[in-house]
Amino acid sequence: MCIQIEEFRDFYMQDICEQYKDFSTRKLFFIFLLVVVLFGVVLIALSQGASSVGFFESFKALFGQKTGLAHAIVWKLRLPRIVMAILVGCGLALAGSVFQAILKNPLASPYTLGIASSSGFGAVVAIIFGGSYYSQYLIAGSAFFFALLASLLILGIARFKSATPETMILAGIAIMFLFSSLSSLLQYMGTVEEVHEIVFWFFGSLSKVGWKEIGVASAMILLPVPVMLRWSWDFNLLAAGDESAKALGVNVTRIRMFGVIFASLITAAAICFTGVIGFIGLVAPHIARMVIGGDHWFLLPASALIGGILVLAADTLGRTCWAPQVIPLGIVTSFIGVPFFFYLLMKKKREYW
Amino acid sequence: MLSVDGLFFGYKNTTILKNLEIELHQGEILSIVGPNGTGKTTLLKCITGIIKPNKGTIMIDGKDASRMSRMAHAKCVGYVPQSSPSKFPITVFDAVLMGRRPYITWKPSEKDLETVADILKSMDLEDIALRDFDQLSGGQKQKVLLARAVAQDTDYLLLDEPTSNLDLKHQMEVLEMISSMVKTNSVAAMLAMHDLNLASRFSDRMVLLNAGEIFCSGEPQQVMTLENIRSVYGVEVTISQANGHPYILPIGSTGHSGIKKCFSS
Repeated sequence: MCIQIEEFRDFYMQDICEQYKDFSTRKLFFIFLLVVVLFGVVLIALSQGASSVGFFESFKALFGQKTGLAHAIVWKLRLPRIVMAILVGCGLALAGSVFQAILKNPLASPYTLGIASSSGFGAVVAIIFGGSYYSQYLIAGSAFFFALLASLLILGIARFKSATPETMILAGIAIMFLFSSLSSLLQYMGTVEEVHEIVFWFFGSLSKVGWKEIGVASAMILLPVPVMLRWSWDFNLLAAGDESAKALGVNVTRIRMFGVIFASLITAAAICFTGVIGFIGLVAPHIARMVIGGDHWFLLPASALIGGILVLAADTLGRTCWAPQVIPLGIVTSFIGVPFFFYLLMKKKREYW
Repeated sequence: MLSVDGLFFGYKNTTILKNLEIELHQGEILSIVGPNGTGKTTLLKCITGIIKPNKGTIMIDGKDASRMSRMAHAKCVGYVPQSSPSKFPITVFDAVLMGRRPYITWKPSEKDLETVADILKSMDLEDIALRDFDQLSGGQKQKVLLARAVAQDTDYLLLDEPTSNLDLKHQMEVLEMISSMVKTNSVAAMLAMHDLNLASRFSDRMVLLNAGEIFCSGEPQQVMTLENIRSVYGVEVTISQANGHPYILPIGSTGHSGIKKCFSS
């Protein structure tokens, strides 16, 4: 009798454990699915463009032949654009997830906190005052500096006033306006060439991106990733409240401080070569969260992949659907993202969804 | 043994805790009672390490808590907050798994998962294991928070008003769980409580705080007297005995003593 009960107990224990593992496997499967989708979108993006290099030709150019027009188009024009689109999407989504976690604020994102705008201002400053010396490194560095400035401002407000989510977003919008105005001021005072350069940049364009920019941006986005994953449990705990997190051994101040620094770095990388692209940083984490829940171990990669897919899809659509006209990336991201977000919004019922 | 010695805490102009001396032994439940704003929660937060005391020492099993790392501290003392806000969706299983944080580096191990499953089973939470924490009732949430503290696997458990906002059955269930945990695993629990009857029924010893100072401490019978309650709470009560525990029935407040004091001083 006793043994029977023991076995029964073991069976049930096994059961919850198994259920949870199934649950985790499903999350992993979703991430795998996203990788497949991303790969699919990459293939489509590779085969589309102004020139007549088609699906099989571009594929051959990618892996096979080393010369010829197809090779040049694929390696010099299409592939850098694709890689950068993915990087930008991943970066914005990652930064959005991290900002949402450390500020415990579902409305937080690089855009709504004004960090995208300040980072954009940094890039503009580098473009104008860098003169003929401006380089990718200078733009990236300046963008990071101003992104960090805005983030620390937000963090300071959150600390001193123990700010509500609404206060933080209001402060973020104020920062966004401040830096947009400053950027406009610089444009107003700049020469024609400078203005041209800046306007082109502000539209959110991937067309001027080369492998050098990709190198800088990918280093800035990918290096913090292991740290973010290592902290995924601490991010989970922060969502349960500072006090619970502290009681469970999390160094809340440190995580928040370095989380903001890394998220600013990632934001700056995503923005500095391509212009301010809104929405992705806010929406990608939410889409991921709606599907697989709030565990950051899965949430961070999932939202990064969703961000990458969205931006790449948007860019590909923007340059093909109305060719030879190219619709700016920022506009298309909203066109794709908003309806999708509304669809999920209607399906789920939560306070803010 | 956990001991608090000469503990002071305050913000710039106000002192909240004054010279507290408290001992908590293995296998006992100690209730901290006292009026609103008297420093019960602050005391628990000091011991948990959420806030740093201005003066005084907290010794945990002979080690000075202020010299312990956060993780080491979290392996000794568990904390159950009054409520846990959650802005983002989290399953009950994950909420309890959070208690394993001090033992997790990258990812929870098989053992962590089994521990959590075991706790959920023993606390009758297995049916809601994969439900969203936010959608639970107040009583279920409290049980999940308690389960998290159990998962933390500490010798000392601090609970901030574990029965507030709970219905009668959940009050009993939660306190019985704490009680059986303390007796069977020989851990120690410190509870900040408002309900004097529940406190005196479930605790081995009580500490009555008044304005941040210990007014009286000892067994429930010694602490819960007419005079003590009158002078600390300003309430006239009758005390009867029920199953060997003092049972307090309030009659009425003894005038607005607080306001009178304010004007006379």
